[in-house]
This record gives sequence, structure tokens and C-alpha cells, in this order.
Amino acid sequence: MPGLTLVPVGAVPAGFLSALSARIVSLFAFETVRARDPLDPSFSRDPERGQLHSTRLLEALAAACPPGDGERILGVADADLFIPILTFVFGEAQLSGPAAVLSLTRLRPEFYGLPRDDSVLLARTVKEALHELGHTYGLLHCRRPDCVMRASTNAGEVDLKPALFCRSCAAATRS
Amino acid sequence: MATASILIIDDERVVQESLSRWFTEYGYDVRTAGDGRSGLSALAERPSDIVLLDIKMPGMDGITVLERIKEVAPEVVVIIMTAFATVDYAVSALKMGAWDFIRKPFDPDDLSRLVEKALEHRGLMAENVQLKRSIEEIARFDDVIGKSAAMQAVLNLVRTVGSTDSTVLILGESGTGKELIARAIHAASPRRYMPIVPVSCGALPDTLMESELFGHEKGAFTGAQYRRKGKLELADGGTLFLDEVGEISPKTQVDLLRVLEDRAFVRLGGQKLTEVDFRLVSATHRDLEAMVREGTFRQDLFYRLNVVPVRIPPLRERREDIPLLAEHFLSKLSRQMNRRFAGFEPAAMDRLARHDWPGNVRELENAVERAMVVGTPPVIREADLPMKAAGEPFPVEGETSLAAMERVHIQRILDKNESNVSRAARELGIDRVTLYNKIRKYGLRKE
Ligand SMILES: Nc1ncnc2c1ncn2[C@@H]1O[C@H](COP(=O)(O)OP(=O)(O)OP(=O)(O)O)[C@@H](O)[C@H]1O
Ligand SMILES: [Zn+2]
Ligand SMILES: [Zn+2]
Repeated sequence: MPGLTLVPVGAVPAGFLSALSARIVSLFAFETVRARDPLDPSFSRDPERGQLHSTRLLEALAAACPPGDGERILGVADADLFIPILTFVFGEAQLSGPAAVLSLTRLRPEFYGLPRDDSVLLARTVKEALHELGHTYGLLHCRRPDCVMRASTNAGEVDLKPALFCRSCAAATRS
Repeated sequence: MATASILIIDDERVVQESLSRWFTEYGYDVRTAGDGRSGLSALAERPSDIVLLDIKMPGMDGITVLERIKEVAPEVVVIIMTAFATVDYAVSALKMGAWDFIRKPFDPDDLSRLVEKALEHRGLMAENVQLKRSIEEIARFDDVIGKSAAMQAVLNLVRTVGSTDSTVLILGESGTGKELIARAIHAASPRRYMPIVPVSCGALPDTLMESELFGHEKGAFTGAQYRRKGKLELADGGTLFLDEVGEISPKTQVDLLRVLEDRAFVRLGGQKLTEVDFRLVSATHRDLEAMVREGTFRQDLFYRLNVVPVRIPPLRERREDIPLLAEHFLSKLSRQMNRRFAGFEPAAMDRLARHDWPGNVRELENAVERAMVVGTPPVIREADLPMKAAGEPFPVEGETSLAAMERVHIQRILDKNESNVSRAARELGIDRVTLYNKIRKYGLRKE
């Protein structure tokens, strides 16, 4: 499997990206995971909503890093993302395309008034990353409860699914 | 599964685009229309299960569109999309037959739930299940194949026991599908939305097994750099599946018994008692009762595990499932391996049906897989199969006389017919008296 480029979108806590990339390598078998300089997301910020437009970010990510054959690029934002009609999204991906992006904001327990817990944050982020990368391999949402491609629209649902693809989804990421 | 279809009618381009991307990820068949008129013609062309309808649009307004939809396609579920200011409008839309409304911008959670509910309402899910049932009345729980009376009994039990919280012990030889049945039980249970967490009890030495089950605190032992949740904790709310439970050590047996009694445990290196709520399903190919008698398995633990036993018969005792399973694996693997096999040549199927399958369904699956590698599409031939023809034409090693073959053949047919002489005679094409004579001559068993 070819490589993955991780791009911080704006400032992302030091150390977090390396922890994330270590987990992704062990779970997804990318040959290489590179980190890149941060992408300045201000162009995608909606002044009224104060959130970043994830679809715009995807376009910029894909353009900023013209990916080679099979290469993937994953943006990690420590800011809230949205698409116009929805109040927020955890992340977005180009279906069968190279780019994916995710937000840490609503994966943090703090967002829900709970004590900060970085292991929870990392676990959720890994799942969100696998999920969005799954979409870049053309995977759609999976109905199996034991699959990371299961749709999750709240943090609790993210916690309930494993950081694993079910057998048929896994097969699709390899082909 | 037939895909659910959604039509989005909204004059705003960004709304069409972002919703259509979002729903596409769910695997729905999505179409968009920029105004009422083109929305209606899209519906006329091909109906949708759900219409998401913007209520305020230039030209034909949403209420009028709704009216028309209800005239031409009353079964379509219409969800009204509305901005804050137009809630009154939405209420009148409900009176006119809209199913529900949702305020812009949508919370993704609300939206996905609403659409799920709408689809349920549409009866689509039920229809799908129905469709699957009638196509393959014999297949159950998606992947569990089996029309034999024995497997049907297992599946009935799965269904009954699934809806309860009872502890289940699955017994069966290796490769009979114990894990598959454990997953089917979980899938039939109210806990199906929570995870099923498998633990392979045979695989780990004692010390690792402890931390695997109970998790550990940071620094609990050398190398424990992080706090780690154990399988018990991960199974909270869901199902804990203890595979190969007959392999666990005496020490772990004690630990496990305590957890099952208290429904609580302490992480390694921790102090606090953590409560857990899981449903327990275990499996083994061992004779646990014999192990209890020999003193290698604790009796109290056995009683805890063996509340509802589910026995999966070996494949050789349900041969009528073999062709179904073989076809199932062939089509499944054809897709996965991208080798287009259409079926088995009769001689190949016959060989499969007669083989004894000591490795059960797993061995059958492997045999089909190997045959697909060796063989050339579109059919699997007998020569492609990995099992040797051994033993079949020559039932007794070294003995090739007609008498020897006759003796073994008669015994086999008797066994197959549970020593019912009339049935065996019919199958052998001889009369009962002749068969009795032969049984006496060869000194055969007939209970
Ligand atoms: N009735 C069945 N229908 C379809 N597939 C089956 C069936 N039974 C078993 N299989 C398949 O056969 C393989 C072996 O099944 P499984 O792993 O559940 O067996 P097991 O009894 O748990 O084996 P072991 O005791 O060796 O762990 C799996 O790939 C499973 O999907
Ligand atoms: Zn998704
Ligand atoms: Zn899946």
C-alpha cells in the first residue's frame, strides 16, 4: 500500500500527530506516513459560523499535495468543521479520491463538559481517520456494528465502533 | 440490499451538493432537483423512497410541490426542510401529509436518525428482509447457511436465546461455525448496537491473559506505559465472547469465576472496582463435562458458563448443508478473488458431499478456495479438489475383493439408515431377507 501524508490544518498539538500516525501505520498498513507543514485554513473559515468549510479544505489539501498513484492525504484540524447544510461534521472525505479531513474539536471529551482525556481523544481520532480514509477507498457506510465504516454522528457512536474494518470493508481497502 | 433512494429538492446549490455527498456516503441512491417542477418530473421518471423538500423556493413553492407529490406518489415519505422563520408553514405541511420536518441547518445526528426512521416507516427495511428471506429461505442471519434440520434447530435456538440475556455455551468441533453462531446470537440480541468482543482463550499465557481481560493501569508492570482497557471493559454493554474457553488455565478460571459472580473487576495495578455489564457467550470444542470429571476444569465455572448449551453438529452429520455451503463459499470467494466461477461439475459436488470433513465448515471453505486457485473458470472439477479420492472405491486398505467392499458398503448404508433394515434394503436395491442374510454372513452391527 502506498503512503499517507498527514497535514496539520492550523495548529495541532505537538506529539498528537506522531501518536496518530503511529496508530494509523499499525492499523492500516500504509508503507510510509509523512507529516507536512501546516496548512493555513483561514481561507475556509466561515466568518458567521466561525467553522471551517470541510469541502473547501479537501480541495486545498488535494491541490496542495498532488498525490501520486494511490497516495492519500489526511488533514487534521483542531477546529470545528462544517458543510453548509449541517451544523458540523466530524470529518469529510473525497469518495474514491485522495483527500480526507477530520476535526478534533468534537472528539474531545472536554467539548461535552467531561474531564480532558487524551487517550479517549486519540482513540476517537484513530477511528475517525480510518473511517474517512475508508471513504477515500470508495467505501460507503457499513451496517455492521463491528466495523469502523459504520456511520457515527455523535461521539458516543464513535466510541461504540472498533478501530477496525469488518472483513468485507477490509477487503475493499486492499483491492 | 436494495438501496434506499432519496430525492433532494432545494433551490440552493450548496444544499443539494453537500446533502448529496453526505447521503452518498451512506450508500443511498441520491438525486437532486433545483425546483419543484424538475423535482416532480424526477419522481415521475422513477419514484424515490424519501423526498427532502425545501419549503421556500422561488417558482412553485414547497407546499404546492408537496400537494402534487401526494397526488402522484402518495407512498413517498416527504420530509420538509425549513428555516426557523417558517415553522408555521411546516406545520401546515404536516397536515398535508408531510411525514416530518427538520430545521436548517441540520444536526447530522438528527438528520441521520430522521432518515433512518423515515426508511423504517417506508417499510423498506422490512421489505429488504422479506426479499432476502424469500430468495434464500434457507440462509439466516446473513451469513449462517444451513437448511438441515440440525442447523435449523440451532438457528431457532439462536433466535430464542438471542432476545434474552442468558449465558450461552456453544459446543462443537473445530470449524463448525461456533464463532459465527456467537455473532449471530449477539446480532439477534438487544445488545446488537454495542460491540461483541472476542477473546481467544487458548492463545495467551497466563500473565498476558490477565491484562487482556482486565486491562491495566499505567505502570502496572514493566512495559505498561499507558492505561489500557481490558476486554471485559470493552465488552461493557455488549457481548463478551470467550472462544476456546476449555483452554484457560486454573488461575484464569478462578479470576473469571469471580468476575462472573460479581460482574465487577479490578484493573491490574489498580484499586478501584469497575462494574461491567456484558452478556457472556463462550465456545469450546472440548468436552468440558469430562474435564470437570478429570478435575482440569472447575465445576462452578462450568455451571456459570453452561446455562444454555448450543450444540453445533459436525458437518458430516448434516451433509445436506454441504452443497449449499459450497455454493455459498464459491460465490463469496468469486467476488473476493475476482475469479468468476459459476458452479461445480456434478462429480465434484458429489465428492464434496461424500467427504467426511474432519475440519468441518472451515475445511470445506479452504477446499473451495484451493480449488478456485487450481481450477479454471467457469466450473470447479473433481480434479481441482484437494481431497484425495482415497478410501472411497476401496473401503478397506489393501482389500480389494468384492466381498470386502460389499461388507463395508452394507455397513455404511445400515449406519446411514440408523439400522432400519427395510430402508437400507430399499436403498441397496435388494429385499429384506437378502439383506438379513448378508448381515448374518458378514456379522454386521445392527444394534
Ligand atoms: N453455517 C455456516 N454458514 C456459512 N459459513 C460458515 C458456517 N459455519 C461456519 N462457517 C464459516 O466457516 C469458518 C469457520 O467458522 P468459525 O470460525 O465460526 O468456526 P469455529 O467453530 O469457531 O472454529 P474453531 O473452533 O476452530 O475456532 C468461518 O469462515 C465461518 O464463516
Ligand atoms: Zn462516513
Ligand atoms: Zn464494514
